[in-house]
Amino acid sequence: MGRLLDAVAALGRAVIAAARQCGRITLFAADGVSQIVRPPFYPRMVARSLAEIGYFSLPVVALTAVFTGMVLALQSATGLARFSAETQIASLVVLSVTRELGPVLAGLMVAGRAGAAMAAELGTMRVTDQIDALTTLSTNPMKYLVAPRLLAGAIALPLLVVVADILGVLGGYIIATLRLGFNGHVYLENTLNFVETQDVVSGLVKAAVFGFLVALMGCYNGYNSKGGAQGVGSATTAAVVSASVLILAFDYVLTEIFFVR
Amino acid sequence: MSGAADTTTPKLRIRGLRKAFGAKQVLDGIDLDVPAGTSLVVIGGSGSGKSVLIKCVLGLIEPDEGTIELDGKNLLAMDREGRERAVATMGMLFQNGALFDSLPVWENVAFGLLARHRVGRREARERADAVLAQVGLAPSVGDLWPSELSGGMQKRVALARAIAAAPDLLFFDEPTTGLDPIMGAVIDGLIVDVVKRLGSTAIAITHDMASARRIADSVAMLHKGRIVWQGAPETLMASGNPIVDQFTHGRREGPITMELRR
Repeated sequence: MGRLLDAVAALGRAVIAAARQCGRITLFAADGVSQIVRPPFYPRMVARSLAEIGYFSLPVVALTAVFTGMVLALQSATGLARFSAETQIASLVVLSVTRELGPVLAGLMVAGRAGAAMAAELGTMRVTDQIDALTTLSTNPMKYLVAPRLLAGAIALPLLVVVADILGVLGGYIIATLRLGFNGHVYLENTLNFVETQDVVSGLVKAAVFGFLVALMGCYNGYNSKGGAQGVGSATTAAVVSASVLILAFDYVLTEIFFVR
Repeated sequence: MSGAADTTTPKLRIRGLRKAFGAKQVLDGIDLDVPAGTSLVVIGGSGSGKSVLIKCVLGLIEPDEGTIELDGKNLLAMDREGRERAVATMGMLFQNGALFDSLPVWENVAFGLLARHRVGRREARERADAVLAQVGLAPSVGDLWPSELSGGMQKRVALARAIAAAPDLLFFDEPTTGLDPIMGAVIDGLIVDVVKRLGSTAIAITHDMASARRIADSVAMLHKGRIVWQGAPETLMASGNPIVDQFTHGRREGPITMELRR
């Protein structure tokens, strides 16, 4: 009986700790978002964050998208051949890329690259008193450090996903025409005929949410890091892991909202 | 802000300041007056609460109890905007410099000017160069990055950043830590010069007795979260207080060691 009570107590403590953490993250996000719309604004910081999250993530996202499109075309060719439905490869590739794989894989790549970098930068600033120094220089750290990154995350990832969508389809096109012997003109026509505006828009909305989540977890974990190098390392790991899990969880929620009637 | 204060009101008055982190009572009823235009040095062992005391005044840590009055006005009773206006009259030199490593030196120095006073970047650069000159650095240093500077130069740049907006109240957290004795003396000299030139009130915390004697008009000893002694720097080495005597002479035996052995 005693052991059972201990187990229940431990479970209760874990649930309370998780709820408390969710509350802290929600308050942090609310503060960060409110700082986006209140002056003073820091356009240079937004531009810098856009470059870090968007421009510098472009190569890894582009490579991921191309290879994903190629693998999709190859896999679907072997799978669809069982039903003599190889002509559907183009539609399968474009739907998969625009609705799911483009935003999710780009989000995960950006979480690993830019989210980790944000957590490391803010964590280092925290443990070396740079964040306290901002406060003593009449600068709200949430406004100067966090708000520009949240805004940049929500803007940069949809832009990356536009590129990922195009390159993903291109990857499928390359395999379909060069490896599977499809007519290129017909493949592209099938792609354009099948894809709908909602497919692309839903992917871009997902990307905006994922970009915000990546920036939020990078900033939250970095901003609240403690200790020295070990604390910064832990914050970086937590930022990537939590952002990746949240991307997958929110992907399900957003898919329910967009596509399930 | 200073217009509201009369001549008997200290620049900074702290009463009954308490702060605990979990079960550890770091500040346990601090009472302190710092008259305008004077320099107070707070000495004390590692973990005695010196940095926490400064951070409470700057609003970086919220104390549990007590009052902190700046020119007779309680900072802790002010709204957010009032508190921000009060902090804008203060400058801080952090122990490790805390320079922004993503900005060149001149932007570090001009950061407060750009953020607080909304001056243009060209004017900010000119003013940053002038402040760098005050701490003995050439304008060309402004184009370097903090990582390219030696420890002594980083301290100078951090000092330039702290004084760039001519604050009324200056804080120095371990200003000579990590510096060789000569560079330590140079930094102390710069601190004395800038405080005198600006007519500011200064509070420094340090372990360095030589530094304390150079900077201070008055010295206070913080021990177990309380001010246990306060006096002129000339009396520091012969205070008659066993805690201060042990600390200033660096003796292993004494009340501080005995407490550590328990």
